[in-house]
Amino acid sequence: MLSVKGLHKSYGKLEILKGVDFEVKQGEIVSIVGASGAGKSTLLHIIGALDKADAGKVVVNGKDIHRMDAKELSDFRNKHIGFIFQFHHLLPEFTAVENVCMPAFIAGKSKKETEVRAMELLTLLGVEQRASHKPEALSGGEQQRVAIARALMNNPAIVLADEPSGNLDSENAAALHQLFVDLRDKLHQTFVIVTHNEELARISDRTVLMKDGLIVLD
Amino acid sequence: MSFYLAAVLQALCLGPLVLGVYLTMKVFRFPDITADGSYTLGAVVTAIGLVNGWSLWWCIPLVVLSGAIAGICSAWIHNRIKVNLLLAGILVMTALYSVNLSILGRSNVPLLQYGTLFNWLTVFRTSDSNTLIIVTCILCLLISFMTYLLRTDFGLAMRATGDNEQMLRALGVNTARMKWIGLAIANGLVALSGSLIAQFQGFADVNMGIGVMITGLGSVMIAESVVLLFGIKRIAFVLLAVISGMVLFQLILAFSLSLGINPVMLKLVTALIVLLAVSIPQLRVYGKRF
Repeated sequence: MLSVKGLHKSYGKLEILKGVDFEVKQGEIVSIVGASGAGKSTLLHIIGALDKADAGKVVVNGKDIHRMDAKELSDFRNKHIGFIFQFHHLLPEFTAVENVCMPAFIAGKSKKETEVRAMELLTLLGVEQRASHKPEALSGGEQQRVAIARALMNNPAIVLADEPSGNLDSENAAALHQLFVDLRDKLHQTFVIVTHNEELARISDRTVLMKDGLIVLD
Repeated sequence: MSFYLAAVLQALCLGPLVLGVYLTMKVFRFPDITADGSYTLGAVVTAIGLVNGWSLWWCIPLVVLSGAIAGICSAWIHNRIKVNLLLAGILVMTALYSVNLSILGRSNVPLLQYGTLFNWLTVFRTSDSNTLIIVTCILCLLISFMTYLLRTDFGLAMRATGDNEQMLRALGVNTARMKWIGLAIANGLVALSGSLIAQFQGFADVNMGIGVMITGLGSVMIAESVVLLFGIKRIAFVLLAVISGMVLFQLILAFSLSLGINPVMLKLVTALIVLLAVSIPQLRVYGKRF
């Protein structure tokens, strides 16, 4: 599903990634842990084609992302990657269901088909009754569930999450972590999650420890 | 009364400008200073077209195209050279001053003796009525176009780019492309406004764009207060409110002049109106608190 080989990345003279290699299988939940500045988020952004590596190779679902131009990368992100960030990043002027529909609209899918799928996802995540509400009217946990529904909208090969429960209280965080497991079981969805949360790392299928730009424990 | 009618007509001619400013300010969330240059560019291209006897059917599309190219230049500087969008706009606006002066050949060209869009149609006996009907038709077409555009999948992505660019990139939107197209449309509209104003006032001047962005901004701010006040949500009505903001803005200026305010102080009055418009949402919050 995901193969990363010899990944290097520097910002100026500061070397962030110093040759990262790792693989993720379909349906796995992999947590990436490590101290701040270890290179976890940079790695996630490169896997998600939001940033480019200086050297190395990233293959997602059989596609080498470093051979793609800007248009192909946008298309790739839309169809193959789902993102969840620490802050939900829902678009404030759109309702929950419109936010969930957004990736499908960008992909040019039909409105009717998209809205049916969006409601299915909101139901799966237990926030269907909040579909017509704008993000400001949702609780933190609900906002993050809607963000997960949005990430799943286009049936991505892999969902990348950067501190997804970092902004939630312990009760909501625990529910969110259980949700990842449920989605893995029900949809066979693959997750790569950057986290500081020990509980989330514990329930993951694998935990990868990063230190100073390298994977030191897998 | 004709004094106020002239203010309304001028405001309507500035309608495309304020739609362009709305697109950059409220949709992309930044003030595009290129407008000061592309507005004059529209007037200059119109002047050259009229003086050389070009058909208006050619002249108007050329005006829009020239403005769009100015917008694309700003987007290119931002996207390719990674210059801040505000600075990119300032650079293009500055460069356009020389371009406009070179095209026009001198600082001011009178257009009163040439046939314009406003004396092309003679439905009514008075020229003001003709102008009103033509400019209203143009604005109806533009509002319809923008309403349609902003409701398409492409338009949704454009609006969402202004909301959260990082997220939209993650969702697979080529945000750089959105800026190319958005700035091209916005500056095409602004140039069209310059053209309409040149034809309405009967001259093109290389300095006519100075501060026009502020005027547009003030109108958008007035419109925002109206939209908040009445809870307007439908895009077509929001765009209508934006045009109404410009009409209100020009009427306030006309009223200030009718009170005997020295025309020299007009820019100061303009700035104060914009300041007031910007303060209204804050004053509402302050009012609720006490």
